[in-house]
Amino acid sequence: MNPFDYHRAEDAAGAAALVADNPAAAFLAGGTNLVDRMKLGVTAPDTLVDITHLPMDEVEELPEGGLRIGANVRNSEAAAHPLVRTRYPVLSQALLSGASGQLRNAATTGGNLLQRTRCVYFQDLSTPCNKREPGSGCSALEGYQRYHAVFGASPDCVATHPSDMAVALAALDAQAVVQDAAAERRIPVSRLHRLPGEAPERDTVLAHGDLITAVELPAMPMAARARYRKIRDRASFAFALVSAAAAMELAEDGTVADARIALGGVAHKPWRARLAEEALIGAAATGHDFAAAAEAELAEARPLPGNTFKLPLVRAAITTTLGEVADGVRGRGAGPDQGEGER
Amino acid sequence: MTTTRAATATGTGPRRADGPRKAAGTAPYAYEYPVADLAYIAPVQATVARGRVLEVDASDAEAVEGVLTVLWHANAPRLEPDPDLSGLQRAAELAVLQSGEVAYRGQVVAAVVAETFEAAHQAAAQVTVRYEQFPHDVDLSDQRSDAVAPEEDHRQGDTAGAEPADVVVEHTYTTAMQHNNPMEPHSTVAHFDGAALTLYESTQGVHEVRRTVAAIAGLDPRSVHVIAPYVGGGFGSKGPLHAPTALATLAAMALPGRSVKLALTRRQMFALVGYRSPTLQRVRLTADAQGRLSGIDVVATVQSSALADFVEQAALPSKSMYAAPNRRMGHRAVHLDAPVPTWMRAPGECPGMFGPEVAMDELAWSCGLDPIELRLRNEPDRDPHTHKPFSSRNLAACLHEGARRFGWDGRAPVSAARTENGWRVGLGVAASTYPVVPPPSGSRARIRYEGEGVYVVSLGAADIGTGAWTALTQVAADALGAPLERVRVRLGDTTLPEASLAGGSTGLASWGSTVHAAAEAFRARHGQAPEPGAEAEADLPDNPDGDDFAMFAYGAQFAEVRVHEATGEVRVPRLLGVFAAGRIVNSRTARSQFLGGMTMGLSMALHEESVVDGRFGHVVNADFAEYHIAANADVEDIQAHWIDEEDPHVNPLGAKGIGEIGIVGTAAAVANAAYHATGVRVRSLPVRLDDFVGA
Ligand SMILES: Cc1cc2nc3c(=O)[nH]c(=O)nc-3n(C[C@H](O)[C@H](O)[C@H](O)COP(=O)(O)OP(=O)(O)OC[C@H]3O[C@@H](n4cnc5c(N)ncnc54)[C@H](O)[C@@H]3O)c2cc1C
Ligand code: SF4
Repeated sequence: MNPFDYHRAEDAAGAAALVADNPAAAFLAGGTNLVDRMKLGVTAPDTLVDITHLPMDEVEELPEGGLRIGANVRNSEAAAHPLVRTRYPVLSQALLSGASGQLRNAATTGGNLLQRTRCVYFQDLSTPCNKREPGSGCSALEGYQRYHAVFGASPDCVATHPSDMAVALAALDAQAVVQDAAAERRIPVSRLHRLPGEAPERDTVLAHGDLITAVELPAMPMAARARYRKIRDRASFAFALVSAAAAMELAEDGTVADARIALGGVAHKPWRARLAEEALIGAAATGHDFAAAAEAELAEARPLPGNTFKLPLVRAAITTTLGEVADGVRGRGAGPDQGEGER
Repeated sequence: MTTTRAATATGTGPRRADGPRKAAGTAPYAYEYPVADLAYIAPVQATVARGRVLEVDASDAEAVEGVLTVLWHANAPRLEPDPDLSGLQRAAELAVLQSGEVAYRGQVVAAVVAETFEAAHQAAAQVTVRYEQFPHDVDLSDQRSDAVAPEEDHRQGDTAGAEPADVVVEHTYTTAMQHNNPMEPHSTVAHFDGAALTLYESTQGVHEVRRTVAAIAGLDPRSVHVIAPYVGGGFGSKGPLHAPTALATLAAMALPGRSVKLALTRRQMFALVGYRSPTLQRVRLTADAQGRLSGIDVVATVQSSALADFVEQAALPSKSMYAAPNRRMGHRAVHLDAPVPTWMRAPGECPGMFGPEVAMDELAWSCGLDPIELRLRNEPDRDPHTHKPFSSRNLAACLHEGARRFGWDGRAPVSAARTENGWRVGLGVAASTYPVVPPPSGSRARIRYEGEGVYVVSLGAADIGTGAWTALTQVAADALGAPLERVRVRLGDTTLPEASLAGGSTGLASWGSTVHAAAEAFRARHGQAPEPGAEAEADLPDNPDGDDFAMFAYGAQFAEVRVHEATGEVRVPRLLGVFAAGRIVNSRTARSQFLGGMTMGLSMALHEESVVDGRFGHVVNADFAEYHIAANADVEDIQAHWIDEEDPHVNPLGAKGIGEIGIVGTAAAVANAAYHATGVRVRSLPVRLDDFVGA
């Protein structure tokens, strides 16, 4: 690790300006991802701007029935917040399925969104990686691909975004509130992260120095029965191979009136399964319809030789999660415990 | 042999003597000793898998403030390794920075020593190494013509023509490469004062370290002082010495008077301190329709290193496990441009009982027999390998007792029969075994009476977390007829009498028997009312029965496995093991040993796999976010039990050694249960959702 300067930010715009002015500066939140990368030499900032003392640590109700979660709210606090648990339990489930208790106590909402890929080559300075060193090549293309993408990858990068929380936020139509040195703007979480294309070094559409101050969740009645399902190798403390967040609203006649589905572990960003959503609208919400929705999404899938097993996982994640949601919506409780509880 | 004596403390479960010190953080580990004039070592590792270092440019590194020196092969102090080092032929592995040859990716090619940890690591990242790169070869397969048989195959009868062969099971079973990864990484603090070297070392044997370091550095062993009273696990990789200790010794030579410090990062642990070779086991069982084995044929292909040889003895356990007139067991080693493999908990037995125990399950299904019944039908009445009688063999009792406790009777006789809440559920069983390894000679213990009823027991053994501190106190208390709280044990220091390595599950048998002998010598010399200052020493006694019996511990492992219908996720709600391992000296620490072994077996079954990327030649999933180790949520109910076993032949304590048997057979039990749950036979570890999803 290289020596670095440390600044404690006084206000959001000032923090944004400090970082924007120095290409080698970085925001420090919980540090659970950034400091790891610094130890590995993957990231070598010369200046850290500590944002943990900025007043961005509240969960507040929004006038229209939505919720605003400050960027500094710790993952464990967000997961335990009564309004999150009642209005957006899917977010709570997603948060609690991530990392470990200790990490969740340190990790922040902003940091979780902007954590970087776990691609083993990205983290290993001795191997080529376009994301770490543009133009050096992508080692994963013919390498270890268990945690890599099946949607939206490019020949330059096949990495996935590792966050569970972001998948729930994408399904919930959440917006990131972004502050730069001059102004504030809002970006839908589902459009915050990019596909790799020819510039895999850029994870998001943010400019260097853009500070996330909060995420805002719109009012969404069907969110109260939305669910998160994470499929992973180890029963706890493991990144998703595939995960799904799903919400659904049924019309009077029992057909699907509205649906939200986002997938994790499958793309360079939390993947809104819009083809599956479209296929569901107006369908009868049977197991057969859920399978058809999954197939509609899978038409876009391009697995790698080392992760073809993710296709049946995508199918399973979509159908089992929708099945549970449907049971909940129809008043049959949360349905059988198909997956594992919160760990 | 002498009859086992009536015990008081042994067999009960007093708390760990070292527990409060560890819980309070006052038990010092190697890296934590408050020594003066510290300097920190940061290794630089090869980025080619085979080649030669042409040049090391250290100018940027040397410019970093606080850097004391940058060592590489052109300027490092010379070592003169003894080619016969500890019989392990690992000398080449220890010849750190002695030449520019690179034998595996990740090998140490330079090292920075600096005033601070931060400076050392910053500078290490700025060392530029220029290589001449050669093509490398890290592909293990059982189809290679260059595989060598390190010894002649063990043969009895003729397996090719084994009769009767109403049923044949013939498959290749594979186990993954694993890295030991004890909680405490390998650490060394080294200090030269003139010709005297002091090492605080995380090791399974201080005397082994002294012997090896003296040999590689050309020192008088008496001038090497090694200290290791507390060790945070080893699992075998802290048995033989590896490159980091040699590097620390070199750095101390280069900076006399300074205490130089090295603790490996977790990532470095995946390159520098050995690993368990992957195994490819060709297993062929032939039997009559009633399941009586006529032939057992096991050939295990494993990897060794071009640098030094180490052959995982995966075919070994089949030699003595089941009766069959026709037998062959052999090994094939492929020498790769890879680090040297090493011991990992139950080397040989742990991987070597996977293939055969899954094959036995397959045979049971083929014969329409319960897998417990199949094993009972093939119980040998003598060791099929040596034809010696067993000193005791209670596999059958373990199987029966385990079946009773586990509820085996209710198991459906067909596979894929039970589904609960979307999970397919199955039960499986496998046998465990581990030999009673003859303790290496040379252990010696001293007992001294301090007055006021207090006895001090000294020997240089290392407690790597096994419970030796506690169990040896118990053994001494009983042998002396003194209350537990009046016995003080001293361990882990070469100024104490020599003790053998903590390895091969021999610790208690070896050190306990030695302490027992020292106590008898003490009473014989000083009687029941000794003067303060009275002392006696004794060596590990020979075992007069050693040559007359085949000596093994046994166990039976049961697993309940759930496989999710849609996702294929594999979970293990229940694991139960029953062991027959002679006398259990401390029920508390013994239970921990069994449970720890079983947990590690579960980890092998479901998770552990070091992924080598052949293009580069190194392990790419080298951290704990990617290399999974079983955690609490991976098992809900895990139990270890044992049966009372009297074995007067193994040693005066009647104890067989329990450090390793717990890991043996677990993975096979899990794979067998997964088959029962799903009807899908997995022959390759780890057992993961890929094996079931869509199946
Ligand atoms: C072993 C392990 C297992 C894990 N398992 C999981 C898992 O299963 N699921 C999962 O989702 N996550 C997992 N994580 C990741 C964890 O969730 C993230 O490390 C954590 O959320 C990051 O938050 P932080 O506050 O510590 O971010 P930091 O490390 O402080 O920052 C991360 C990045 O975001 C930037 N940043 C931080 N805050 C802001 C802001 N407000 N505005 C702009 N930029 C900002 C930083 O500059 C940095 O680049 C795991 C991590 C580890 C180490
Ligand atoms: S997948 Fe992306 S992050 Fe991984 S090696 Fe390729 S470019 Fe780098």
